[in-house]
Amino acid sequence: MMLDVKAGDEASFDLLLKKYRTPLVNFLYRMVRDSATAEDLAQEVFLRVYRARQKYSPSAKFTTWMFRIATNLALNSVRDNRHRRMQMSLDAPAEEDETPIQVPTREMRIDEHLVERDRAQFIHKAIAALPEKQRLAVLLHKYEEMDYGEIAKILECSESALKSLLFRAYETLRVQLAPLVGQTVAHRAGEGRTP
Amino acid sequence: MKCVEVSKELIAYLDRRANSADRAVVEAHLKDCAACRARAEDFRKLWNLLDELPVHEPSFGFDARLRQRIAAEGRPRWFAWLVPQPRLAFSVALLVALSVWMWRLPQENIPTSAQSEEEQFQVIKDLGVLENYDVLSKSDVLSELPPMTAPQPAPEEKESQKGDGG
Repeated sequence: MMLDVKAGDEASFDLLLKKYRTPLVNFLYRMVRDSATAEDLAQEVFLRVYRARQKYSPSAKFTTWMFRIATNLALNSVRDNRHRRMQMSLDAPAEEDETPIQVPTREMRIDEHLVERDRAQFIHKAIAALPEKQRLAVLLHKYEEMDYGEIAKILECSESALKSLLFRAYETLRVQLAPLVGQTVAHRAGEGRTP
Repeated sequence: MKCVEVSKELIAYLDRRANSADRAVVEAHLKDCAACRARAEDFRKLWNLLDELPVHEPSFGFDARLRQRIAAEGRPRWFAWLVPQPRLAFSVALLVALSVWMWRLPQENIPTSAQSEEEQFQVIKDLGVLENYDVLSKSDVLSELPPMTAPQPAPEEKESQKGDGG
């Protein structure tokens, strides 16, 4: 499809946009955790793809190339944001996102206290608390369903290093989300049940 | 195989991307290791949990905004001709820097036109004599002259001689 775009076919760019805008915005949102920033970054990715269309050579998969651009932009944004926050006064009240993850105890009977939105928020925070590279690895592996070769290229590491990275990331999430992990089956079973 | 060694291949085994050899190794380990079996089961549950995360859709105006930006990029700007090309700009800057450097060099190092004329005169003033074959061929006669033994006149005498001559 990108080769058609290179040849000047504008309709192919529209198809490309239609196919990848949601995964891209989704990925960037999960990295930066801000809708407006995620959309701005996604637009920047598409713009860069469009600008580079004449120079594009299919040496790597298009998705690898595109997500590599997205990853670099996301990391820059996250680092800039962190830098800005560090410059802020220590007296300023902490943002909502800054609250530490509070793992509910099993005795609290999570299903009674957490509604769907809260569960998602809880998962979001656990993923956001991962180190940058682990977070990227999980997002690309779990949500973009990329193969190990592609992810390794995007993260500029070996496949072997990636496997270790993924294991450490999922192990951290397993511990952080332990109260919810135990409830997943029950939660899913209760989804279709009428109260 | 140890748990640490298996852990590296565990994720690939669970998402069914491990090759058959690695798969067999992990399966053999899981049969004997209850801890890794429990961890593998937890990972499966964790992945189900992660699926609960809702998809974040782009906003309604996403495509329109992007097309506007692309259209704005494609439009030629009226001042575009004023924006220099990088190579040209670099060359001009280099040329200017060189000119300034040359201009600021110490002036005494550069020979003035008067100086150079004098040097040229010194070089060529005896050229006619040196190029004259008759003079050069007869210069052997000079060697037959007796050496100068007479004392040099005192400076006062020189002055008086000059006065007489004038």
